[in-house]
Amino acid sequence: MTERIGVYVCHCGTNIAGVVDVVEVSKWAGEKLAANGVVISRDYKFMCSSLGQELIQKDIQELGLTRVVVAACSPHLHEATFRNACKQAGLNPYLCELVSIREQDSWVHTDKVAATEKAKAIIAGGVARVAHHEALEPLRVPIHPDTLVVGGGIAGIQAALEVADAGFHVYLVEREPSIGGHMAQFDKTFPTLDCSACILTPKMVQVGSHPNITLLTWSEVTKVDGYVGNFVVTINKKARYIKTEDCTGCGICWEKCPWKVVDEVFEAGLGNRKAVYTPFPQAVPKYPVIDAPNCAYFLKGTCKACEKFCPTGAIDFNQKDETISVPVGNIILATGYDLFDAKRIPQYGYGRFDNVYTNLEFERLCNAAGPTSGNIVLRDGKTVPKTVGIVHCVGSRDENYNIYCSSICCMQSLKFAHLVHERTGAEVYNFYIDMRTPSKGYEEFYRRLLDEGTHFVRGKVAEISDFARLPEEEGKLIVQVEDTLIGKQRRIPVDMVILSAGMQPRHDAKEVGKLFGIACSADGWYIERHPKLDPVATMTEGVFIAGCVQGPKDIPASVAQGAGAAARVLGKIQQKEISLEPVRASVDEQKCSGCRICNDLCPFGAILFHEDRMVSEVNPALCQGCGTCVAACPAGAMSGTVFSNEQILSQIEGLLLLTVNGKKAEAVTA
Amino acid sequence: MTDQFEPTVIGFTCNWCSYRAADTAGTARMKYAPNIRLIRLMCSGRLDPTFVFKAFADGADGVLISGCHPGDCHYVEQNFKALRRFILMKRVLVQMGVEPGRLKLLWASAAEGAMFAAEINKFVEEIRKLGPLNWGKDEGGRMKDEISSFITHPSSFGEEVPA
Amino acid sequence: MKQYAYYPGCSLESLAKDYQLSTKEVARALDLELKEIEDWNCCGATAYFPVDEMLAYTLVARNLAIAEKTGLTDFVAPCSACFKNAYYTNAYLKKDPDLAEHINFALEEDHLHVDGKLNVRHLIEVILEDVGLEEIKTKAVHPLKGLRVAPYYGCQLLRPRKDHENVENPRFFEELLSAIGAEPLEYSSKARCCGASLIITNRRAALEMVRILLKDAIDHEADVIATTCPMCNVNLEVYQNQVNQEFGTQYSIPVMYFTQLMGMALNIPSRRLGITKEPVPKAQVPVPS
Ligand SMILES: Cc1cc2nc3c(=O)[nH]c(=O)nc-3n(C[C@H](O)[C@H](O)[C@H](O)COP(=O)(O)OP(=O)(O)OC[C@H]3O[C@@H](n4cnc5c(N)ncnc54)[C@H](O)[C@@H]3O)c2cc1C
Ligand code: SF4
Ligand code: SF4
Ligand code: FES
Repeated sequence: MTERIGVYVCHCGTNIAGVVDVVEVSKWAGEKLAANGVVISRDYKFMCSSLGQELIQKDIQELGLTRVVVAACSPHLHEATFRNACKQAGLNPYLCELVSIREQDSWVHTDKVAATEKAKAIIAGGVARVAHHEALEPLRVPIHPDTLVVGGGIAGIQAALEVADAGFHVYLVEREPSIGGHMAQFDKTFPTLDCSACILTPKMVQVGSHPNITLLTWSEVTKVDGYVGNFVVTINKKARYIKTEDCTGCGICWEKCPWKVVDEVFEAGLGNRKAVYTPFPQAVPKYPVIDAPNCAYFLKGTCKACEKFCPTGAIDFNQKDETISVPVGNIILATGYDLFDAKRIPQYGYGRFDNVYTNLEFERLCNAAGPTSGNIVLRDGKTVPKTVGIVHCVGSRDENYNIYCSSICCMQSLKFAHLVHERTGAEVYNFYIDMRTPSKGYEEFYRRLLDEGTHFVRGKVAEISDFARLPEEEGKLIVQVEDTLIGKQRRIPVDMVILSAGMQPRHDAKEVGKLFGIACSADGWYIERHPKLDPVATMTEGVFIAGCVQGPKDIPASVAQGAGAAARVLGKIQQKEISLEPVRASVDEQKCSGCRICNDLCPFGAILFHEDRMVSEVNPALCQGCGTCVAACPAGAMSGTVFSNEQILSQIEGLLLLTVNGKKAEAVTA
Repeated sequence: MTDQFEPTVIGFTCNWCSYRAADTAGTARMKYAPNIRLIRLMCSGRLDPTFVFKAFADGADGVLISGCHPGDCHYVEQNFKALRRFILMKRVLVQMGVEPGRLKLLWASAAEGAMFAAEINKFVEEIRKLGPLNWGKDEGGRMKDEISSFITHPSSFGEEVPA
Repeated sequence: MKQYAYYPGCSLESLAKDYQLSTKEVARALDLELKEIEDWNCCGATAYFPVDEMLAYTLVARNLAIAEKTGLTDFVAPCSACFKNAYYTNAYLKKDPDLAEHINFALEEDHLHVDGKLNVRHLIEVILEDVGLEEIKTKAVHPLKGLRVAPYYGCQLLRPRKDHENVENPRFFEELLSAIGAEPLEYSSKARCCGASLIITNRRAALEMVRILLKDAIDHEADVIATTCPMCNVNLEVYQNQVNQEFGTQYSIPVMYFTQLMGMALNIPSRRLGITKEPVPKAQVPVPS
């Protein structure tokens, strides 16, 4: 045995020493594992303290240790601490192994003998393993200073502006003709009731004119190659049929276009647009797009009204989709959410009864720029409702649909109650399960609504029907609900019902996630690196998330995440280079048989195949080190650092050295 | 310590969810049987079936494989690959005359410390019922030799083993 | 010709003879061979299950066991309550070996055994799925043009369905009615309970339930209400007078089995469909020319 290994057993006060006989363990390791290269074994009160660390450092220098095993707490807590201590003493940090005898031993067992024997086994495993460690250097990768932001809702806008204002270039890719996202559809925003357009439009204009932002609307990312610092992103710019260099955004084309289409996206199906259109007057960019599948020219070969009237000759029916590819160092995904499809709950009658609306429809209904110029009227276009029912939690907090809380519906429903009351004087009933208003100024808004005389009925609505049982119900929609505060079934006749449909992950969130190498949780939202401590990073280095892609949230939180993600990106750009954990797979070309089994296993596309030499190779910067390919390679050609076969097989041997009652494992002697 | 059979169980965890489940159990001082010893991998996808056979050959009476819940794997979907291997390994074990119940797969999120502890207890009891595996002793250690013959790894501890 | 293990249920032997007649006629016209199982017994209806679940399951399982013995794969019931009871018993048997063991222990007395391997189906499902709308359209030589029909599903027919869309707002009855040329009308109450045997224990409450159904159909200008279950049919038809007395209404609307309407469209003489004497004369139904 050529390695000189030091073993350090921590008492952790009484946390470990109270259950595990640390002195005995340390003595055992020093004597019995000497054959495995252990030259010194010590126990100490607090290994992680500076004195504890110095103890190791001194031994490295004086005893010439080549490997260190620390038996203490979880590596997730102090691995970095001890690696650092070794590094300072001149030992490569990856030659140090921290094994847990606290979280996995003293804290979870009561039998002191068994716990002590287990600690010995764990240390034996660590000693056997550490002998096979290699000196490694963190991987260093240069970072391209440009950033890609996907999705131009409020979160993406904020992120793009922050990065661009700091002096770095941003590509903002938005799939609709204009940026703005959901917020552009709203009339007022809770809890302050500022006009949504008034606070959003200036930001949109800033994006449109920012020298550091390349705005690519009507575009989608189709491919992402590369890795943190060095992504290459392929973007499909859909044909707009407008020469943007000539277009002034004067609007004559959409005025003259004879072809009306129901606007399912921006107007939520409540209003019309033309075949050539911008979704709303303040759209950024100002250029329209021609919706080819609905354009008379593309459908029938004649019309071209827009071309005839365009004063600058900016219409170009021959434009084709264009593919561009750009290098970026970091990516922020801010693609937002979809609305829950209220038709999935047939008993609420959406789609069957004219006067049942979704929340998004209602936003358009009360928007001064919307199809009714902000008049809250029934589907007939003229009758003002006298009673309105607002149903909270539609599709949310419901085992049959989405189990999670959409977090904004309570506040949005209160906002609606206020707007209805203010503009129509109608009686308003809010049907809620629980009232959730946990943000700054939100509870105060709720109180205000209570004072305004809104009726709050606590209960989940069972059914909305048009069937009148009593004379006063004739011609109304009847909300059947159990009022759980008075313990009674109630039937409440109303003229209009608004369903506060919850948020849902984008229908294509999974595919888009795959494109960027990030995963969705069971609910379908993108998984953050840590739910509390790292909510905007993902498990893929260099890919960040912001806004509702990460989970339902309101505008302030979306903005905060946009800014947060931007700060993370700026931090990375400033580093110019990043170091990555050297947990990586690599191929021994001599052994590789070219079977390609590994090629398809890698979720990050890190393994490339050289047709000429018939061997596979791992791109170390793309590889994230999961090790799946290592486990799969039938030729044993693939190996993985930090978790190599030798390391793990030796650790197994060590762990099985002793049985539970401290006897030597039978198998070992056999 | 009574004379009853105390099984030894090796548990493989992934770095992200199941190892953290063990950490959670620890931090919350949830008690479970000391018969299990854990090995951390980066992902359940790293689990080479060799590891499992090696563990059995070296004296383990049971092996637990754990990873993130489907859909939660931090390398997108490598736990599905672990699942496939798990099913295959069970079939191989049967062919080798080993009760497939000695191998268990468990999905655990970082929050599920209590569940992790409870499942370990359950598993240890199941193995206790199955009795010792004794691969090392059966037919003069034939199986152990057979397994060792395809694991090209020199033993770290040799014949002289400290007790 | 596809064969089915046919379980008529008690009602069709007495109260709902017209359903029995029309079912047989329509099946013949559509080439469905309904082979009545031998020596069948009551399905327990709605009442037995709350009294003694285990015995009720056993009761139903006996019919299933007899049907299994025939070697036929599909068990067909025209009554929604029979269908629901048989469906659940069959499903639970399959899922719960403990229950199966208990039941089989009892059935042994009768030298019977049940595995839960049948497809339990309601007659309307069989007609829709195995015959199909296209075939029905071609065979409906006498389409019921202009007849406004309120399709009444009731509740038990829908319960075994697990997808919410279908339980709360099913469409298949409407499709069937359209296929025979009738005009199905849209109304809210189509899947509400008819009161079932509540009529015996709480008459007023049950009458109110019937009233709702009648009112909704009549408000939507239905010519006739179509049903898929003898219990629904009786409640809606026979109790119209009592509803009128109780609530001072003047309801008078014919109620017919969907098979009777189908029979009319298939040009089967009304006598053979059991359309003769009934509380609300079906003669009122404008027979289309
Ligand atoms: C009815 C209703 C009312 C609300 N009212 C309020 C309120 O008053 N106050 C408040 O604080 N919050 C409110 N909210 C919440 C608010 O809508 C969200 O917090 C906010 O819009 C989230 O912004 P975002 O940028 O994350 O997502 P989004 O607004 O959804 O923006 C995402 C953008 O990404 C684009 N995109 C999607 N996929 C792709 C892709 N693959 N490639 C390129 N681009 C893509 C979309 O076109 C869109 O422009 C309300 C929500 C609803 C449903
Ligand atoms: S699995 Fe192994 S042998 Fe096959 S291509 Fe990959 S590295 Fe080469
Ligand atoms: S270790 Fe994982 S991430 Fe790295 S190349 Fe292999 S499969 Fe891909
Ligand atoms: S990271 Fe936990 S299973 Fe893949």
